[in-house]
Amino acid sequence: MSDIVLAGVSVAYDGEPVVRDLDLTVASGEWLALIGPNGAGKTTILRAIARLVSFRGEIRIGGRAVTELSSRDVARKVAVLVQEPQMPAGMTVAQYVLLGRAPHLGYLGKESSRDRRIVRDVVRRLALEELASRPLDRLSGGERQRAAIARALAQQAPVLLIDEPTSSLDVGRQQSVLELIDQLRKEQELTVIAAMHELTLAGQYADRLALLVGGRLAAVGSAAEVLTEPAIAEHYRAQVKVIQMNGSGTAVVPVRN
Amino acid sequence: MLSVQVGAAAVPPAVLAGMPRLRWGWAGAGLLALAASCGVGVLVGPVHIGVGTVVQTLVGGAVDPGQANILWSLRFPRVVLGVLVGGTLAIAGAAYQGVFRNPLADPYLLGAAAGANLGATLAIALAPGTSVLGVNVVPLAAFVGAGAAVSGAYALGRSVTGLRSATGLILAGVAIAAFFNSIQSYVQQTQTSSIRQVYSWILGRLVTAGWDDVLLILPYVLLSVVAIYLHRRLLDALTLGEDEVTSLGIPVRRVRLIVVVAATLGTAAVVAVGGTIAFVGIIVPHTIRLLVGRSYRVVIPLSVLFGAAFLVLADAAARTVVAPAELPIGVITAFLGAPFFIAVMRSTRAAAL
Repeated sequence: MSDIVLAGVSVAYDGEPVVRDLDLTVASGEWLALIGPNGAGKTTILRAIARLVSFRGEIRIGGRAVTELSSRDVARKVAVLVQEPQMPAGMTVAQYVLLGRAPHLGYLGKESSRDRRIVRDVVRRLALEELASRPLDRLSGGERQRAAIARALAQQAPVLLIDEPTSSLDVGRQQSVLELIDQLRKEQELTVIAAMHELTLAGQYADRLALLVGGRLAAVGSAAEVLTEPAIAEHYRAQVKVIQMNGSGTAVVPVRN
Repeated sequence: MLSVQVGAAAVPPAVLAGMPRLRWGWAGAGLLALAASCGVGVLVGPVHIGVGTVVQTLVGGAVDPGQANILWSLRFPRVVLGVLVGGTLAIAGAAYQGVFRNPLADPYLLGAAAGANLGATLAIALAPGTSVLGVNVVPLAAFVGAGAAVSGAYALGRSVTGLRSATGLILAGVAIAAFFNSIQSYVQQTQTSSIRQVYSWILGRLVTAGWDDVLLILPYVLLSVVAIYLHRRLLDALTLGEDEVTSLGIPVRRVRLIVVVAATLGTAAVVAVGGTIAFVGIIVPHTIRLLVGRSYRVVIPLSVLFGAAFLVLADAAARTVVAPAELPIGVITAFLGAPFFIAVMRSTRAAAL
């Protein structure tokens, strides 16, 4: 129902190819991590799935080509969490989360009491109730990230695309944000595609990893399959040690000779 | 998808704090300010007319015909025009600020007024008395001129500094306005036969305003205000980043286009009767943001009410400070607005709006 299929997808910015002939399938309810060095095309793939950039090839969500959907229908299927959400100064958390209802409203429509109830429930679920009337510019980094997740959840879309969910958070907040996303995924049967730069965390939270290099798929599979020392040395030009941690995933540790 | 849990034990309040809404208190305050300013506007003038006479006149009671005449043909239409002009300039300012994401945007600073003046001058000079499908061609030409100025300022601002810079757009607007003003002066000098008519257009006619002027601009003003008002929720959404708004399924370009056209239409119409009145679109929306809140659901309706009240009062002041002579109303708004503009500019950090 919310499985995602990319078939022969290519994206170019100003004639410069960024994603080349990509084939990828994500099962409904799966968490797929897009990994790869900077400039590999991770963000662009997310933008293509959400139809924020035009592409060649085909992208299907739940069996339907996104190019055949209206932008409002896409927004009902796909919620996007950008890397650095713009948080307008002075806007309250509640008002920000309410914007997530936009795909369910007519062009000049107004939110119904049902929309407001959904927002209230989302705000509660993310423990933001105390902060509901606080302006966004007075939130901490972790609180902002939760507000952004709440806005995406209010969209009630079965697919959640996340660009670098932990980029500016400390290690504790990285874990709590990822745990939260994982819980929400299970509760609400979300399909999650996340661009992630932290390889160890990607391996721990995602069901599968897709390694992108220069806009092409270099490897896809479980953490143990994708996160290998030779692959990381080749594609990231990084010296690392990969450690299997008896049931708690795969750790990728930089080493210095 | 989302599990709605209604706890049996502790039922929390149904309404979440922090939701955007216009409080009745503020709407009432706006209406009160508008009524009070209209009262002042009607009572102030060289001929003393008492409150009782005004009320009698309005309800159709027996009053001195001379005083009734002053009220009906001079003061009432002037106050009504002040309401239309002030409300429109304030809402247009708020709308431009939302669409361009620029706290310094104002109908005057974007060149809309200069464009409207040029369009009107060309129409008066080159095609006097023409009408298209029964509509006076002058306001239409003013609208075309204002539209050209705003789109020119936008294109220039974007190509030179990018829209990240709040001041780039405004500098572009000032340059466009100077350019349009120069053409307009040239046309004016070469068409001496129509110079008086052109002058009365540019300086504004609140002085000689009559019901004709009210009827001339009313349709445009209503269309403009209603269109912007209906887009207030979408203006809030536009404060997000480009990808974020688009990913919410909002047709960003269409929203921008409709709101800019509506704001420009209203501006062109009120410039036709009010002349060049600057800074109302800066003073009023920013004061509301400061005092009440930043959501356009609050800023848009309150801008209409307080903008109207502000302009009627400014007009009353323009009639009194150098009585029996009159100051152009733009002098009053610029005197108050320019320092305000500087304050807004200073407090604008990276044009966060």
